[in-house]
Amino acid sequence: MSDQEREWPLFEVFIRARSGLEHKHVGSVHAVDARMAIEHARDVYTRRQEGVSIWVVRSSQIEASDPQDADALFEPAKDKVYRHPTFYAIPDEVKNL
Amino acid sequence: MNGAQFVFVLRLADTSLILGQRLGEWVGRAPALEEDLGLANLSLDLVGQARMLLSYAGELEGKGRDEDQLAYLRDGADFCNVALVEQPNGDFGRTVIRQLLIDAWQLELYEELQQSSDGRIAEIAAKALKETRYHFRYSASWVVRLGDGTPESQARVQAALEDLWRFTAELFTPDEVDEEMATRGIGPRLETLRVRWLARIDGVLKEATLKRPTEVAYPWHGKSGRHTEHLGYVLAEMQFLQRAYPGAQW
Repeated sequence: MSDQEREWPLFEVFIRARSGLEHKHVGSVHAVDARMAIEHARDVYTRRQEGVSIWVVRSSQIEASDPQDADALFEPAKDKVYRHPTFYAIPDEVKNL
Repeated sequence: MNGAQFVFVLRLADTSLILGQRLGEWVGRAPALEEDLGLANLSLDLVGQARMLLSYAGELEGKGRDEDQLAYLRDGADFCNVALVEQPNGDFGRTVIRQLLIDAWQLELYEELQQSSDGRIAEIAAKALKETRYHFRYSASWVVRLGDGTPESQARVQAALEDLWRFTAELFTPDEVDEEMATRGIGPRLETLRVRWLARIDGVLKEATLKRPTEVAYPWHGKSGRHTEHLGYVLAEMQFLQRAYPGAQW
């Protein structure tokens, strides 16, 4: 067995800080399966009451955008300031917006 | 001073304290960083339980000894933890077997102690029970993984189980202190915990494809202060600082 195969697979960890908030990515843990990953996440990332709920997902299951594509993906949004609400002046007559 | 009640609380405290100290020995040496933190978490829970119980024991004794004096300035013969918890960590498999045996016992014990006629004990038990549920989940899942794992891991945890099983009789063998506590509604009837403990252990062992060792009747007497040779080494490390520099603080 190669070292890489002996290594436990990696899981990404998402923690919900309080009810009503979204789960946020906090880091990753090694574990042999999802159940162990949740226990590890609990031990590693919730020691100081950081959360009320944990999600884990195999890191290999995440599809990521290619940094090389960043220009194509994100540059076009740069010159479209009108997509921000602050671009628009609100007339004084409008009371409830 | 309430003699039996003091001893009863001290036994609970010492059992948590010594097990917490043992688990602390893993810090920096566990098989994976995640397990390092996991074992440290169990350890800190147990030391936390010990602190509450030792403080209360000090009050019951009424001689002005606080938690630190009780933890750091008593000798081996005055410690009354059950002998199981002072047994060496061995490999990771042995540590989780020891943990399983004691977690399942503390689960039943704290469950009962929540109804103790002593309000302080009931309060501490309620808090400790939540922690213990996680401890059991942790140790049970590891025993299943290792037992139902490779031939090597199974052989190791089976051997640890055979070796540590003889220390479990003490958990359910009452003496005069336990009898008095049960009569006064402060503690449970220890022998009645055994059936539920065994059912819990059997459930885990079955899933782990491990064999329960045959009965060993001899009860150790850790809780009466008669210990195996291992406790002295635990205390030497735990108490060194306070013995060498009395009253040292940081």
